[in-house]
Formats: sequence, C-alpha cells, structure tokens
Amino acid sequence: MYRPTVTSSLFGLNRRQLLKAGGAAVLTTPFVSRAWAATTEINMLAWYGHGEPDVVAEYEEANNVKFVPKYYAGGDNMLALIAQSPPGTYDLILSDAEFVQQLNAAGYIEEMNAADYPLDDMLHEDFSQFPGHWADGKMYSMILRGGHLGVSYNKNSVTEEEAQSYACFWKPELEGKVGHFDWHLPTLGMMSLYDGNGAGLWDLNDDQWAKVQETTMSLRKQVGGFFDYGGTFNGLKNGEMQAMCGIGDWITGVLEKDGAPVASVIPKEGGIQFTESYSIGKGSEKADEAKKFIQYMMSPAGQVKSAQMAAYPGFCVTKAGRAALVEADMAEAKRSHQIDGDSQDPITLIKEGRIHYRDIPQQQTLEDWNDFWSEYKSA
Amino acid sequence: MSSNPEQRPNLYALTWRLPIIFWQLIFFVGPVLFMVAMSFFLVKNYRMTEAFEFVNWSRMLTRGFFWDSYWYTIGIATLSTVCAMCIAFPAAFALAFRASESTRRWAIFLLIIPFFTSYLVRTFSWFVILSESGVVNAMLGYVGLGPYTMLNTNFGTLVGYMTLTLPLVVILQTVTMANIDKNLIEAARNLGCSPLRTIWQVIIPLSKTGLIIAAIFCFILSFGDFVAPFYLGGSQEPTLPILILDTTKSGQQWPRAAVVAIMMMVTLFAIAFTGIALAYRKGKGAK
Repeated sequence: MYRPTVTSSLFGLNRRQLLKAGGAAVLTTPFVSRAWAATTEINMLAWYGHGEPDVVAEYEEANNVKFVPKYYAGGDNMLALIAQSPPGTYDLILSDAEFVQQLNAAGYIEEMNAADYPLDDMLHEDFSQFPGHWADGKMYSMILRGGHLGVSYNKNSVTEEEAQSYACFWKPELEGKVGHFDWHLPTLGMMSLYDGNGAGLWDLNDDQWAKVQETTMSLRKQVGGFFDYGGTFNGLKNGEMQAMCGIGDWITGVLEKDGAPVASVIPKEGGIQFTESYSIGKGSEKADEAKKFIQYMMSPAGQVKSAQMAAYPGFCVTKAGRAALVEADMAEAKRSHQIDGDSQDPITLIKEGRIHYRDIPQQQTLEDWNDFWSEYKSA
Repeated sequence: MSSNPEQRPNLYALTWRLPIIFWQLIFFVGPVLFMVAMSFFLVKNYRMTEAFEFVNWSRMLTRGFFWDSYWYTIGIATLSTVCAMCIAFPAAFALAFRASESTRRWAIFLLIIPFFTSYLVRTFSWFVILSESGVVNAMLGYVGLGPYTMLNTNFGTLVGYMTLTLPLVVILQTVTMANIDKNLIEAARNLGCSPLRTIWQVIIPLSKTGLIIAAIFCFILSFGDFVAPFYLGGSQEPTLPILILDTTKSGQQWPRAAVVAIMMMVTLFAIAFTGIALAYRKGKGAK
C-alpha cells in the first residue's frame, strides 16, 4: 500500500529541498519585514488638501513614504496645535506666510539651508527672501505657492467692470446676497484697502482703524451670511450668494473649473495675497525626508501638482514651475492667468503694486480685530 | 437601644446607584469643574496657562456682542420651542387619542428612525430643499410665487431646529397624552364640555408634566445647537455656540469660550429647574 511521505506530500519536495526552502524563507524574512517597515510616515500639519492623494500619492509611491496629514483652518489654529503637541510631532508644517515669524519666534521650526532650494528661479524677487521667512540671515521657511484675494462674484449679477472696485459689494441689488468668508483678516484687509490705506492696510492708527470699522459696518445690511470653506463654496454654487468678500480664486477657481459662472478679480484698490510656505518642524526625526519632499514640491513637477491641487488652486512661484504648468495644463495656466504677458498675471499684479501680502494687524491685536468681527456679525 | 431601619443607608440600593454616580462625576461634574477653573486661566503664546484672573469674565461680559448673542439665542430657542410644541401637539393628539395601538407604535418607531442618521447630514439635505433653486422654490414657481430666500435666515435656523427637536417632542407628547385616563376625558364630554374646552381644561392640565418636559428638551437642544444656525442660518446673528467657536478660533481663547459655556449652562439650569418646578407644582386644591 502506498503511504504518502511528508516529503512527497509537500509540493513534491524532498526533505533536503524543504529544509533549504525553509531556511531561505527564515533568512529572508527580516529583509521582507524591513522593506515593509521602510515606509516612512511623515507627519504633516497643513491646510486641507496638501496631504491629499492628488498632491502626494505619486511622491509617496516613488519614495516609499506615507503622509499623515493633520489639517487646520487658520494660522491661530495651527499655532495652537503645535503649542499643544510635544516637539517633533510634526515633520512638515505648511503655514500661511504671516505666521512663519511666530513659528520661528516660538522655536517651532528648524533652520533651512537656502542652497537646497531653487531660490534663484523665483518668479518675483520678493519670493527669495519672503517677509518673515528669514531671520538674522537664516532661512526658516520656503515659499510654496500663493493666491490672490479680491472681489469674487457671480457673473450674472455683477459685471466685470463693477467688480473692479470693492464698491460693488454695496450694490443695492446685492442686498442679502453678499457672503463673508468667516475670518476677520481677509475681509478687514479688503475694507482697509477700500478705505485707501494701500500698502499700509495692516498698519492702521486709531483713526484709520475706526474708519475701517465704520466702513465694514456699513456693509452689514448687504450680508447674507458668514461661511466656512464648505459654506462659501455652496453659497456661490447654488446662487444664494452673488458676491463674496474675503476670498479669491482659491474658491471661485474650483467652481469655475466646474462650470459655475463665478470669477475673482483684483479691484483697483488692490488685492491681498495669501502665501503658503513649508517649514520643517523642530525636533523632527525625519527632517531629511521633509526636506526632500519640499524640494520635490519646489521642482517643476511639484509646482504643477500644487497649482492643480483639487482642494484649492494656487499659483506657481518658480519660473520652471510655471513653464511646466503651461506645458502640462495650458487650460489651467490660462484660467489662472499664469501666462507671461497676461494683464491679470499674479506676478505682474505684484510688480504693479496692486497686491499686498497678507499680514497681521500691526497697531492692534488680533483679538481687537476678532472682537470687532464678532460685533459685526451680531450687528 | 435600636436604630431606625428606615434611616439606615441601604447599601444594596446604593451599590446599584454607584455606576450612575460615577458616570455623573466623570463625565459631568469633573468637566464642569475643569471648565469653571479654565475660565480663570490665561492664554499665552497660544498655550493655556494656569492662573486665577477675572479678565476673561470681564472681557466677555462687558462686550455688547456677547449680550446680543445671548438674547438672540434665548429668543430663537424660545421660538423654536413654541413652534415645535405647536406643530407637535396635533400630531401627538391624533396619535394618542385617534390612532390604534399598533398605528401609534409604528408612528413612534418611525419618529425614532431620524435619530439613526447623522443630524449634520439631515441638515445638509435642507440645502437642496431650501435654496433659491431648490425644491420648495421650484414648486412655488409653478404657482407663480417666489423665489424666497430661506437659507441663511432665521427661518432656515428654525427648520434646522425642527429637524433636531420635532420628532422627540412628538414622541414625548404622544407618550404623555396616551397615558391619560380616557375615562376623565369621557366624563368631561358627558358633562357637556366642548372638545376645545376638554383639551384646555382636561388634557393639557393632565399632561402638563410631559408637555413641560418636552418643551424643556426642545429648548435645551435648540439653545445648544451649533449646526442649524451655522449652516442653515448662515451664522447671521451668531448664537452662543457659534460665539464659542469664534472665540476659540481667534487666539485659541478657550478660557473665554469657557465663560460663554458657563453662562449657557447657568441659563439652562435656571430654565430647566423653573420648568421642572412648574411641571410638578400641584394645582389649587390638590392634596
């Protein structure tokens, strides 16, 4: 009678072959597990969208890393999250430029080596030494992208000519149809520009601040609501709001791509630029990985990813990035005016002095502005 | 010498009460005490630091916008309570006195179902219905009316509050009225009481406790709700929950937000205790 042996029943291997295979498996296991373990997790603190697959998936796959994003809304929120976390919690910090100074002052970010980044390829000379990004000749943050805030409107209710001034928000037909992005900084900055404070829009003395408050209060009867990102998006999309104060192409751009009749322009009084920059978290054990990712985002491919970001678009800051965008996605380059010679080219607007970098109030505290914002909302 | 057994603590009963006591201590008393303490803390460099300063109280309570929000929240929550009670009463009356036992059971089951879904999702669905290009305005358009602005208004906020509270109010009213002794109603009718007078002088007094409890629940839920005034009311005239959010957003002022929260709790306690006292107050001649 045939009795199957162990060796013959196991895939037809004899004992010697089985031992060999088993030994090989045992010896290679540590390498297999090490290969799995090599997927490095990078903790990212950022506005929503920066850690989403449309931006990072390709990089993750190519570099065997995994981003673990923690999203925030607003610079205050970001600072609080860092303040309440142990050092080294966040490897990569995406911050609004006006908060970099505070990050640095509090010792939350590492010094960066300027030579690691394409500072000689910037589209505007300001970007090489962006305000607040350098201290005592040392660099602490790398500008990634920007966007401009101005008059955002529904083309069916506001003409392009009317949108050339913030005065359009007071248009009688828009009563109850003007929405606010629920953050005091951009709206009050715009009101300051409307009051003619120009480059000094954040540096207001008592009289100027009182005037800005008065101007803002006069807009209250026009206001139909105060919204977060989703609400702003919905309000413009379903037509409840016909104009929006405090936003720009970062929201209308997404809707425009979707076919909605909305647009954003920089009015004659000027616009405000939001600027987003990457820093490396103090105490990060993955500083090299973080640096490598920032280098990628500053490369032409990374700049294109940033400009096309699904959550909200932003313009390229490097010449090579813009060239790559034009080549890869002419439609988006045209829509966002990132074409040399375009009159609404964001870089041209900065050069013409029509754009002012977003900042925090110089003579009042953020609390003063926020208190007024609460008063305004309840008026 | 002998001790009165009625005065001796019943350890068996006390043991069974322990879980609820612990629950209250851990999830209510503890956090409330911490919140009270926090209202005296200070925020330095976006980080809370322990202190005992009254600056948060003076800062919040001397601001006009706080009191505007406070009275607005009380007003809209009261309006919500009145609306919910009025809308719910006929439905609850019908379920309690007109519907069969099985219909009532099914109706209560159906009223519970909304609680299985996210309130936020239910609120967002109102966007489609209430927007200017939404379902309601489309239907009104067929008869030559509208469009009316319903989102980002007090009406929108009220719709949200009703979404949250109405099923609960109907359930509480129904259960209360269903437990009224039907003989008393029949007696009133036999003695010549009109249907309306029967409601006013028999049904409402007999279901007073349940009705007041339903109203208190409705008020508490509306008063503390953030979703409806923010998403359907457009944050126009911020309610106190929205003010809490605004306060924490700017400079992470959790201590000031704690002041707002404590004011809300004190108000709710006052209203709840007054309501409960009214609910259980015995009428004239009662023994």
